[in-house]
Amino acid sequence: MEAINSALTAILANRMRSFLTILGIVIGVTSVILLISLVSGLQTFITSQIQGLGSNLLIVIPGRIGGARSPGGVQANRLVYSDAVNLRNRLQSEAQVSAAIQRNATLKHANKTDKGVAVFGVEANYQKVISIKITEGRFFKQSEADSSKKVAVIGPTVKSNLFGEGKALDQTIDVAGLKYSVIGTLAPRGAVFGIDFDNSIYIPFQTAQRQFGIDRLNTIYISANSADNVKDVQERAINLLQKRLSEDEFTVQTQEQTLSIISQVTGVLTAALGGIAAISLIVGGIGIMNIMLVSVTERTKEIGLRKAVGAKPSDIRNQFLIEAVTLSGLGGIIGIILGIGISLIIGRFFTTTIPLWSVVLAFGFSMLVGIIFGVTPAIRAARLDPIEALRHE
Amino acid sequence: MSSLVKLSKVNKIYSTGEISLQALKDINLEVKKGEFVAIIGASGSGKSTLMNIIGLLDHPTSGIYFLEGQDTSNLSENDLAYLRNKKLGFVFQSFNLLPRTTSLDNVALPLIYAGLNRPQRLEKAQRALEAVGLADKLDSHPSQLSGGQQQKVAIARALVNNPDIILADEPTGNLDTKSSEEIMKIFDTLNKQGITILMITHEKDIAKHAKRIIRLKDGKIV
Repeated sequence: MEAINSALTAILANRMRSFLTILGIVIGVTSVILLISLVSGLQTFITSQIQGLGSNLLIVIPGRIGGARSPGGVQANRLVYSDAVNLRNRLQSEAQVSAAIQRNATLKHANKTDKGVAVFGVEANYQKVISIKITEGRFFKQSEADSSKKVAVIGPTVKSNLFGEGKALDQTIDVAGLKYSVIGTLAPRGAVFGIDFDNSIYIPFQTAQRQFGIDRLNTIYISANSADNVKDVQERAINLLQKRLSEDEFTVQTQEQTLSIISQVTGVLTAALGGIAAISLIVGGIGIMNIMLVSVTERTKEIGLRKAVGAKPSDIRNQFLIEAVTLSGLGGIIGIILGIGISLIIGRFFTTTIPLWSVVLAFGFSMLVGIIFGVTPAIRAARLDPIEALRHE
Repeated sequence: MSSLVKLSKVNKIYSTGEISLQALKDINLEVKKGEFVAIIGASGSGKSTLMNIIGLLDHPTSGIYFLEGQDTSNLSENDLAYLRNKKLGFVFQSFNLLPRTTSLDNVALPLIYAGLNRPQRLEKAQRALEAVGLADKLDSHPSQLSGGQQQKVAIARALVNNPDIILADEPTGNLDTKSSEEIMKIFDTLNKQGITILMITHEKDIAKHAKRIIRLKDGKIV
């Protein structure tokens, strides 16, 4: 404790220099904490979104994910509506089946536009398959879907972009050139990494197919009636689809599998971003080593005197090592405060979570950097010849 | 009186490449407890080399140095540090105080390495500073003190761990006549209290304070 005190005194004697020295560590620790908080925020958000959809949910998507033979390129999508109808008929007693297509479009109302809106064409039973909350109005009915009515349920971002604070219900909006009437608005779901999940609208499947001329499906949702038969339903769905499609042309995935893929992806992302941030910690360490070498030279006479009055080489080594570690630890603490602070500010816009391990890791790493880069100057100081050192001016 | 410092046939040769310089030649010297010895000589006579060897900062090339009867030839770095801390007190020409550090902390410095805790260190340091007449300058930094006062702080630092001998290397070399006299008065008093003093100087007036004068010329005692 006393050693740290005297190290702090030495550090404070050169405030500006010490500050600049630890800046590298501060930036490194801040970015490690910030990046990890963003990635794990992303994971938390996606996980909660997926879990919010219900654990009984299975999704069928075109192409193959996570197989041993992953495709070399983008494969043609061969998933069509009749596949969904087939699944619905065969799985009638065990599950709800709902097909979905998606396009991005520009929406207009009066003189306002909303670009890059995700337009989902879904079936009337969508609400039974996926839990979405309607805050105002209602979802469309089977009869409206069957007759390809131009009705839309809009997300909160679309609502505020097109209507501001005004009333959206029963108003007409222009979706890529055609007029739709708004029959409901959705509850907010949130945004992460700049992707706004609320900038979307839902229109009847047939209406979307007709307007956009799409016959390939983006997704078929299957909701098992009970959690116990999810695996069973998955197996049956795979068998049914394989009658028409090859196994490389579709994937039937449970929520559990989706979550494990996401945690793999975010794991890689965390390692990559954390690794990049860690490089700046090493750069910061080199800065500390540089300034400690300068400090040893400047204080040569002090080292000589300390040896003359009875300091052992190990006393001198420890003094400079503690000083280096105090510098890097100080940088670590400032970095943690900044990292948490910035992460909390960003947290107002995107989900961020700060896992304790990231704080411990960043601080531990900064201390380690202090030891690794402090040891060479400290040993140099410890080895100084006291006579030479005392003569040094 | 028992022998405190005893040098037996001590030689010191500095060799840099092909040139070698014999700084000390067959020095035999004995300093007894309670003595006040001055070593005088021109610059280059080997005074400082002798002082460094007696101060355990340097090793003789040949010969043996006994400190309180103990052969110091084969001691480790740590043993030497221990002896410097417990038995020797240095006073330098250029004071060698730590800047931006109070008198009290400067004086307490050797006690850190003696393993005392902070309250004990400060108490002893305060007593040492009182002994040299600087009771009112405990919290002053070296830059706030005159040369004479700085040297008094340095003497207090040399005294603080109750050494067997004080080694003073040109203690008045950087001081005016008045301050020099003050410093020498302190040395006289300390010697009267029984503290052994070994002092290097080239000033005759200063050397007169010592009870024995050793003259060095070209590395030999004459």
